[in-house]
Amino acid sequence: MESKNILLVGVGGQGIVLASEIMSEFFKRQGYDVKKSEVHGMAQRGGIVSSHVRIGEKVYSPMIEKGNADIMLSFEKMEALRWLYYVKKDGVIVSSNVKMVPPIVSTGAFEYPEDVEERVLAERPDAKILDIVSALKELGNDKVTNVIMIGALSTMFDFEPEKWLEVIKEAVPKKVVDVNIKAFNKGRELMGK
Amino acid sequence: MKVLLSGNEAIARGAYEYGCVFASAYPGTPSTEILENVTHYKEIKCQWSPNEKVAVEVAIGASFAGGRALCAMKHVGVNVAADPLMTLTYIGVKGGFILVSADDPGMHSSQNEQDNRNYAKFAKIPVLEPSDSQEAKDFVGKAFEISEKFDTPVILRMTTRTSHGKGLVEVGDRIESKVERGFERDFSKYVALPMNARKRRVVVAEREKKLKEFVEETDLNRIEEGKGNIGFITCGISYQHLKEVLPDAPVLKIGIPYPLPMKKIKDFVSKFDKVFVVEELDPFIEEQIKAEGIKVYGKEFFPEIGEFSPEVVRNGLVKAGVLKEENKVEAEDKAIPRPPVFCPGCPHLGIFYALKKAKAKIVTGDIGCYTLAAIKPFEMMDTCVCMGASIGNAIGMEKVLGSGKGIAAVIGDSTFVHSGLTGLVEAVYNKSNITIVISDNSITAMTGGQPDARSGFTCNHEPTGKMDFEVVARAIGVEHVYVVDPTKMDETYKIVKRELEADHLSLIISQGPCVLYPQKVKREKFYTELENCTACAMCSKIGCQAIYRTTEKTEKGRFKWNIDTTLCTGCGLCIQMCKFDAIRPISRKGE
Repeated sequence: MESKNILLVGVGGQGIVLASEIMSEFFKRQGYDVKKSEVHGMAQRGGIVSSHVRIGEKVYSPMIEKGNADIMLSFEKMEALRWLYYVKKDGVIVSSNVKMVPPIVSTGAFEYPEDVEERVLAERPDAKILDIVSALKELGNDKVTNVIMIGALSTMFDFEPEKWLEVIKEAVPKKVVDVNIKAFNKGRELMGK
Repeated sequence: MKVLLSGNEAIARGAYEYGCVFASAYPGTPSTEILENVTHYKEIKCQWSPNEKVAVEVAIGASFAGGRALCAMKHVGVNVAADPLMTLTYIGVKGGFILVSADDPGMHSSQNEQDNRNYAKFAKIPVLEPSDSQEAKDFVGKAFEISEKFDTPVILRMTTRTSHGKGLVEVGDRIESKVERGFERDFSKYVALPMNARKRRVVVAEREKKLKEFVEETDLNRIEEGKGNIGFITCGISYQHLKEVLPDAPVLKIGIPYPLPMKKIKDFVSKFDKVFVVEELDPFIEEQIKAEGIKVYGKEFFPEIGEFSPEVVRNGLVKAGVLKEENKVEAEDKAIPRPPVFCPGCPHLGIFYALKKAKAKIVTGDIGCYTLAAIKPFEMMDTCVCMGASIGNAIGMEKVLGSGKGIAAVIGDSTFVHSGLTGLVEAVYNKSNITIVISDNSITAMTGGQPDARSGFTCNHEPTGKMDFEVVARAIGVEHVYVVDPTKMDETYKIVKRELEADHLSLIISQGPCVLYPQKVKREKFYTELENCTACAMCSKIGCQAIYRTTEKTEKGRFKWNIDTTLCTGCGLCIQMCKFDAIRPISRKGE
């Protein structure tokens, strides 16, 4: 059984924890041992969020070692830059093009650089930057970045999309099931599937 | 059936399966979800207590009445609860008693880092330390058994990664405890008068002896055979990290770090050329082993500070010469920082802006969301020690500085109930002239919105009595009590300024709902008419994260400011800052 370290990063409020819950539940159902961990606490107040999901035959530590992530899904582009060093040299990096400006910028102490995407690509030419901004507009819902990302992840494994959707349907509120199905498919489409 | 559970969910599940009938807690990261998940099991009566000391005291009562009881808190909470705990250790239990201490190595969300295994040695009681969610559940059962068998409270020590990490757990049915309900009067056991306590002190010593025999036999301390002539003694989450790095190493996995199975350890150590103790934080196991004259290695190679991870363990093993150095990855943060900030529309914004504008000389702070006022943009909090310390700290400063003028103590509602009340009594009784501000959002917000005595509902969301701070303060003897709405900036400022300069003790209750809990606040949002914006930047001074600098410039070349309407919660602070009619409610858009 193939083991994988999946790192999810972004900003508090983007649904990272829920996405990692859905992934963990999905891989559990496919027969994997799963461990995941993230740090709660002050993150919901606009801070950085990272979640480690580890799957395999037998998983011990719930934490991924630096430089050892097979896949990184970044929900915000600055966060992709921040966490690059966590990903294996031949690891897969998928980042959203969403820009979330930290309030520290408004005090003038820092600038949010205009060339974040270029910087990510300069270091990791294979990184994929998905146009989540347009996707969210098209879907008419700004809360589904997490399920688009799950859609993107699903293209890296040989499981039927329906199996993923089973778990997603159970995990999201009933009234937004439809938009989440669309978001999942959008994620696949953005990855060229 | 196997399900994915966090360690905290697994403890709640364990409480259910192993016949727990009562649980109490005070919320604190990383322990909070234990009680939140216990509320899902109707077989267990549960409650949020005003503080950890009270939580332990009610759980002790439940145990004395024959019920299995569990009490959960974060590591620093045990400091608050230490008084009843240290005597419960003499008295013992009837129904099993578990104190869950969720420690926070690395201080992800805590003001200090302390290894609460030390409390077990200090109190002379056993401590169990699970290494993942499955063990978290199982150890609840084991802890209840040990508690009842040896007539002792038991500490179940978690850490952030065992509490919040998720893993697969085999779940089962509930088994009711066989302990008979009902309190049996027993003066010599339950009444800790010196004459009784002296006798119980001897009982504690005898119990420790029996426990030392028990830990030699229990499978909670187990040997895993492996390859090589180097052995490892480890416990808790460190076990998982070690197995990650060296899956085939011979390991003595300790489930009970106090008391230790010294015979087993001696025997294990004798089989290897070298034995390393791999444990997070204090050399707790290592020192006990060394005190027995047994040679082991530990903190020479592994840090005493901060959280362990597979790479921390790997680096230690490289240092010790067990592993060869591989391509080490350096953390290289190439992004701009993203520190936590107040939520848009948070009621704390208004009161801290008023304190800043009124030029408070010293603001003593406390534990809660409002501690964020210590960093930019406010920088209006000068101290932060522990729950409830703000009021006491301010009183002490006044004594040395000679006057309480300009000194404010800021405390949240949950923290005020937790341990601010006695500080307020101190202030009245000892004639303090400080200004105390209760920043009252009527919820324990920092830990995720748990109700408290001020909120008007219980952990099961049932309506209940609601503490009235104004009435309480007057009853204690505070003469100058003011209730303000922090979204009304002028009024709030005037009262704050007047009271800071006054020569008497004042209590300002700044009342506004948390924007997240119990429901998300929905008010009419505001937007900026950029044409009118003069780039004065006054709106940015209130520290609202919905307000941002645009790339659009005025004729003088200054950047204009705008409001992110997806973030705005309509508190209206910004509109009060704007003199140029640039900020308006959305309903007036385009006028």
